[in-house]
Amino acid sequence: MTRFWTLVRRDLTLAVREGGAIGTALGFFLLVVALMPLGLGPDLNLLARIASGILWIALLLSALLSLGRIFESDSDDGALEVMATSSLPLELVAAAKATAHWISTGIPLALLAPMLGLLLNLDIAAYPALIATMLAGTPAVSFIGAIGAALTLKARRGGLLLALVVLPLYIPTLIFGISAVSAVTLQTGAFVSSFLILIALSLGSLVLGPLAAAAALRIQMQ
Amino acid sequence: MQTLTQRLANPTRFMQLSGTLLPIVAGAASVAILYGLYLAFFVSPADYQQGETVRIMYIHVPSAWLAMMAYALVALSSFGLLVFRHPLADVSAKAAVPIGAAFTFLALFTGSLWGKPMWGTYWVWDARLTSVLVLFFLYLGLMALRSSLEDENLAAKLTAVLALVGVTLLPIIKFSVDWWNTLHQPSTGMTSTVDPSMRWPLLVMAIGFSLLFFALHMKAMRNEVLRRRVKALRLADVARRDAVAAE
Repeated sequence: MTRFWTLVRRDLTLAVREGGAIGTALGFFLLVVALMPLGLGPDLNLLARIASGILWIALLLSALLSLGRIFESDSDDGALEVMATSSLPLELVAAAKATAHWISTGIPLALLAPMLGLLLNLDIAAYPALIATMLAGTPAVSFIGAIGAALTLKARRGGLLLALVVLPLYIPTLIFGISAVSAVTLQTGAFVSSFLILIALSLGSLVLGPLAAAAALRIQMQ
Repeated sequence: MQTLTQRLANPTRFMQLSGTLLPIVAGAASVAILYGLYLAFFVSPADYQQGETVRIMYIHVPSAWLAMMAYALVALSSFGLLVFRHPLADVSAKAAVPIGAAFTFLALFTGSLWGKPMWGTYWVWDARLTSVLVLFFLYLGLMALRSSLEDENLAAKLTAVLALVGVTLLPIIKFSVDWWNTLHQPSTGMTSTVDPSMRWPLLVMAIGFSLLFFALHMKAMRNEVLRRRVKALRLADVARRDAVAAE
C-alpha cells in the first residue's frame, strides 16, 4: 500500500511541477461556462434552470482534455514499463494514476464549479449539493477515463478518439450528477437517491476502471 | 471429441463449412424477407390509430432486435478472443461491428420516419431512443478504435477490451437513461399488446432479418479471412523476392 501512495504522490508532484495541465483544465472549464450564456442569451432565469447541466457538461469536457496525460508521458519515456515490471500489480498502478488524476483534476474542477455557478445565477442553496455531487462523481470520471486513456495510448489521433470512446460511458454519471443538483434547485426531493447512485457509480468504476485499463496496458506492452 | 468451435479454429475448415452454408442462409433470408414484406404490405391490416405507418414497424422492430443481438455477438466474440484466443473470434467481432452499426442506424432512421407522422417530430428524447443512440455511439467507438491502430493484433485485443467494457456498462446506461426520462415525461406507451394479424408478419420479418444478419456476417468473415490470406501471401512474396535479390 505504501508503494501505491508513493506512486500517487509521484504523479501529483509531477502534475504540480509540470504545471500547465491543471491550469489548462481549469481555464477550459471557465471558458466553456462563459461561452454558454453568450450562445444562449443573458436571461438569468433560463441560466439558473440549466446551470447544473452546463456545469456538469463543462466539467466532463475539461476532465476529458487532461485524461490523455494519465499514461501518455510515462509510456513515452518508458517509466510505465518499469512500473509494470515492479512488484506492484498493474491494476494498482492504473488505480494510482487514476487517483492522482482525480486529485489533480477532479477536485480542483469541483471546487471551481461554485464560482462558475455565480456566472450562471445558480441558486446559492444548491452550492453544497453541487460541490458534493461533483466530488462524488469525479472519481467515476477519472477511473472510467483511465480505461479510455489506456485503450487509446498507441492510437493515432488519440485525443478525438478518446472522446468518442469515453463520452458514451459517462452518460450515467452525467445524468445522476445533474439530477442530484437540480433536485435541490427545483426542490423535487430526489437528491438523496441520485446522490447515492452517483456514489455507487464511482465505487463501481473504482473496480472496473483499473481492471480494464490494466488489461489494455498489458496488451500494448507485450 | 472436439467441439464445433474448436473444429472451426482451423480457417480452412471454416471456409469450407461457411462456403456450403452461405448460399443456403442467404437464400433462406431472401425468401423469408420477401414473404415477410409481402405479408407486411399486402396482408396485414393498417392500424386503427397509426394507419399505414404501422408498416414501418416490420422493418424497424427486427432492426432494433438485431442491433442488440449484434452487440451481444461482438461481446461474445471479444470474450472468445481474450480468454480462449480463438483465431476466428477477432474475425467474427470485426465483421459484426459494422453490420450491427448499420442495423442500429436503420432502427434509428425508420423510427425517426415513423415518429414524424405519429409524434409530430423526427426525434424525441425518449428513453428507448436515447439508449439506442448510445449503442450506436458505442459501435462508432469500436470502429474508430480499430481503425486508428495499425498493428492488427493490437487493434483486435484493444477493441475486444472496449467491447467488454461496453457490455458491462450498457445495462447501467440503459437504467440511467430510463430513470432520466421518467423524471421528465411519462412513458409513451409503446408496449401495447400486438394483434396476431400483425405479429405473424413481424415474426417472419424477424426471422428473415436474423438470417440476413447471419449471411452478411458469414460473408464478411469469409472476406476477412481471405483478406488476411492475401496479406500473408504478399508478405511471403516480398520475403521470397528479397531472398532472391540477396543471392
